[in-house]
Amino acid sequence: MSHPTTSSAALTATGITLSFGRRPILDAVDLQVRRREVLALVGPNGAGKSTLLSVLAGDLTPDQGEVMLEGRSLGDWKLREMSRRRAVLTQEHRISFPFPAVDVVRMGRAPWRGCPEEDEDERVVAESMSTADIEHLAGQPFGLLSGGEKGRTSFARILAQRTGVLLLDEPTAALDIGHQETVLAHARGQAAAGAAVVVVLHDLSLAAAWSDRVALLHHGRVTAEGTPREVFTAPLLSLVYDHPIDVLTHPGTGDLLVLPDRRSLMSREETA
Amino acid sequence: MTATVPGPTVRSEPAGERATSATATVDRRRRRRVVLLYAGLGIALVVAALVAGGSGQLSIPINEILGSIAHRIGLDVGSMPSHPRGEYTLWNVRFSRIAMAVIVGGSLAVAGAAMQGVFGNPLAEPSVVGVSSGAAVAAAIAIVFSLRFAGDWSIPVCAFVGGLVTTLLVYALSRSDGRTEVVTLVLTGIAVNAVAGALLALLMFVGDTQARESIVFWQLGSLNGSRWSYVVVVAPLAVVGVAIALACARSLDLLALGERSARHLGVNVERLRIVLIVVVALLTAAAVSFCGIVAFVGLIVPHLVRMVTGPGHRVLLVASFLAGALVLICADTVARTFVAYTDLPLGMLTSLVGGPFFFWLLRRTRRTSGGWA
Repeated sequence: MSHPTTSSAALTATGITLSFGRRPILDAVDLQVRRREVLALVGPNGAGKSTLLSVLAGDLTPDQGEVMLEGRSLGDWKLREMSRRRAVLTQEHRISFPFPAVDVVRMGRAPWRGCPEEDEDERVVAESMSTADIEHLAGQPFGLLSGGEKGRTSFARILAQRTGVLLLDEPTAALDIGHQETVLAHARGQAAAGAAVVVVLHDLSLAAAWSDRVALLHHGRVTAEGTPREVFTAPLLSLVYDHPIDVLTHPGTGDLLVLPDRRSLMSREETA
Repeated sequence: MTATVPGPTVRSEPAGERATSATATVDRRRRRRVVLLYAGLGIALVVAALVAGGSGQLSIPINEILGSIAHRIGLDVGSMPSHPRGEYTLWNVRFSRIAMAVIVGGSLAVAGAAMQGVFGNPLAEPSVVGVSSGAAVAAAIAIVFSLRFAGDWSIPVCAFVGGLVTTLLVYALSRSDGRTEVVTLVLTGIAVNAVAGALLALLMFVGDTQARESIVFWQLGSLNGSRWSYVVVVAPLAVVGVAIALACARSLDLLALGERSARHLGVNVERLRIVLIVVVALLTAAAVSFCGIVAFVGLIVPHLVRMVTGPGHRVLLVASFLAGALVLICADTVARTFVAYTDLPLGMLTSLVGGPFFFWLLRRTRRTSGGWA
């Protein structure tokens, strides 16, 4: 049950078991998030991806098991210290008061108040906004932005936090295809610069394109873990998603393409 | 160890500069509004205080008020109040009443702003968590059973303790698993308010005619009879409460992102909540206990200020204090001069104006700020 903690592991989860009431959500999950890599959490609805991310973020305390951030149990960290090491992008982007987008991004600098890094605030905020392509929204109230604009503003806030560990819960939800690529490319860039990135994704082709490793969750367990090419095989995905799935290699780019096989469904429709 | 972030590969340098200039424009515009608001509120507050000092059954011209103040601080300029009782009225009746209006109005407004921040809901209000009704019940007990353990101060002391106990009770009841769901808290507040209302009705039923009248009067709210001795008790509470609220201003901003995100940014949400709830109970109960229930100040004032300055809490709290003070000075002056020789109930007046105004505000804000969270 115990994984050896290698020096490159930024975040280690061992034997995470959690149930809501009598419903088991996570069952003895082991996971290592290493520096310099993007780990994608994939799996069907209700597999426990977001719950696992919440456990990694320290929002939920597991019934059993432990999460270590940089070799220290999450419970031993002060919240403020932890917020300088890891940033979390939640699925929900809400705000109770009409703060303009630029103020929301500035909130990402809050953990560095009183530190020497505080002097960098304005530059970091401007850079993060530019990366997320939201400069033109600076003065707009966050509540009036579209779903995708909210997502990008929150992403800019996470970037402004400048942490070595990034936990992103569906960062591409509600984003158009161009911004999906930009956001994930930037997450990848962070990893290249030494960060450990965990990203929950639904689009398997995106996961294949942008992640170094994939953990496939099914019924609260890690069914398979490895490179996208190792994990994304047609038989395994078809079984886990309970739907016929094809895995192809793009003839031009060599990218892995994960597509649903619609023939059976259509023939089923036709016979029905 | 922090990962250094590489420059964005897709966007080029001018984009960053564009962002800086865009944010600079936003900041400049906002700073101008804030300075104007502070200056406007400051001037209005001084003018309102002078007008309030001069008006009443005994009218004192403004130059005589200024002369009297100058004389008190050792400057022998200007003319003293010409009426034989002018000097006494000014310093022992009106100024103490104005000081009380400043403290009560400012405290209520800050309490409202802080509470809205804690609940992350612009509709939250001190009375929602049961401070005012809890205070009312305790004060009514003191009145009905003629409790005199602290002399004249028995009723205020009871009101304060009642408000604080009620707030803590609501908080304890709505906590589960070390967290507080906002909806649960608000609903518990409603239940507590209902019980408090019933207890108040019972006390009025039990009490004699005189007690009943006192309770009704207290519930209506008034600054009548604000003595310096009361002001001295309330002022430190207000100062401490406002200071703590200001210290929490940044965390309140982060809390607007929701509890989870605030926690991810290093805010100890549970501690922040309990500190601010005690502060709110302190401010509200201290303000209410001497003057009865003055409703809507804590709701309307922060709303109005937010429309001018935006939702940032540091500016919001300070401006709310000033605006709350101003509103209460004006309201109290109207209450005691509108009908000659009569002191209209202040709480009735604020509710009468505040209710419809709040309704208008509700519709307007919902239209312009993209709805409530």
